[in-house]
Amino acid sequence: MSTDTSTETPEPASKIDLPDHVAGDSGSIPSFDCTFQIARFDPEQDEEAHWEEYKVTMYGTDRVLDALHKIKWEEDGSLSFRRSCAHGVCGSDAMRINGRNRLACKTLLKDLDTSKTITVEAIKGLPLEKDLIVDMEPFFQSYREVMPFLITSGHEPTRERLQSAEQREAFDDTTKCILCAACTSSCPVFWTDGQYFGPAAIVNAHRFIFDSRDEGGDMRLEILNDKEGVWRCRTTFNCTEACPRGIEITKAIAEVKQAVLQRAF
Amino acid sequence: MSTTSIPAPRTGYSRHKSTRSKFEMFAWLFMRISGVVLVILIFGHLFVNLWAGEGVQAIDFGFVAGKWASPFWQIWDLLMLWLAMLHGTNGLRTIIMDYAEKPGTRMALQMILYIASVIVIVLGTLVIFTFDPCPAGADPALLASFCSAA
Repeated sequence: MSTDTSTETPEPASKIDLPDHVAGDSGSIPSFDCTFQIARFDPEQDEEAHWEEYKVTMYGTDRVLDALHKIKWEEDGSLSFRRSCAHGVCGSDAMRINGRNRLACKTLLKDLDTSKTITVEAIKGLPLEKDLIVDMEPFFQSYREVMPFLITSGHEPTRERLQSAEQREAFDDTTKCILCAACTSSCPVFWTDGQYFGPAAIVNAHRFIFDSRDEGGDMRLEILNDKEGVWRCRTTFNCTEACPRGIEITKAIAEVKQAVLQRAF
Repeated sequence: MSTTSIPAPRTGYSRHKSTRSKFEMFAWLFMRISGVVLVILIFGHLFVNLWAGEGVQAIDFGFVAGKWASPFWQIWDLLMLWLAMLHGTNGLRTIIMDYAEKPGTRMALQMILYIASVIVIVLGTLVIFTFDPCPAGADPALLASFCSAA
């Protein structure tokens, strides 16, 4: 830690009244030192990413994102990463933490092994731009191609389009997607062949294919029946494991496969 | 201000045009169906050859010749050959598609695979249908013992 602790007392990261069994008898938040290895890449200087080590004192209530903030704000201002809401909703800060794709803002340090070095690197399979930032364009291009919007025909109703609870349930799981790309960039098929639509695009197609109000299902199934569509899925479940929203992605892909088959026969 | 502009790194992403072909769907479906059929065919084959009757001791030239005298076993073995070869070839094709990154490598490996598969399928089919345990006009010393009995 670079700040001088002898002249000023460090301010705790957050002040929450925690019950004794969580925070210990003093009520203060326990602090510990952790070592971070962060994959750094400067496109103007580096050919490829390299690891740099940072040591920071963190608190039991901190997340990986707090550690990244601390490093950026107090140690090395050149560290770049994306984050917007910082509360697991916007999906900006998906990164590979200890070899697993997660959201930095949803990964608590106390859930990781802080006695060992924590590695943080950019998500794989997408062009690296700087440090932890990747070019998301290929990801969003696949997303756009499945037409993730309601397609209807005929007159617009004067009131809302009604749907039963059961009809809503059919695609409930896939409405949770926040487009963080944790799934797509954990897919080994996507790593070697960026042409594959990827789990996220299929999840968002699923959200409309199984929506009773939508009429564009045929078009989307036609698109996903492509050479680079659902048939490239090898059901390795990497996507399901990576999803920070707990979407059963592999199941959703299987449902789309089934729908394509039902349409063909 | 300097006028040099930094070229955007690694841009120019483009997706292949959709092929509109149903090949991948049929390939996927074929793998499931042939897999199930192969389980029956292979275990049936193993049971008849290694277990039924006298068991594994019964296998010799005559045993195979006897089996292939019946159209039932000819078709059984033919199905097993074709399904296993196509199932395996398609499996390797997907592995090549998944792991080979350069289009050249991909092409070369697929060519080797397809040529090898065609040779095995053609040779195997030929053997099943043209197999004659007692070819006419052959040296009697080289023929199996049951040929002279007929």
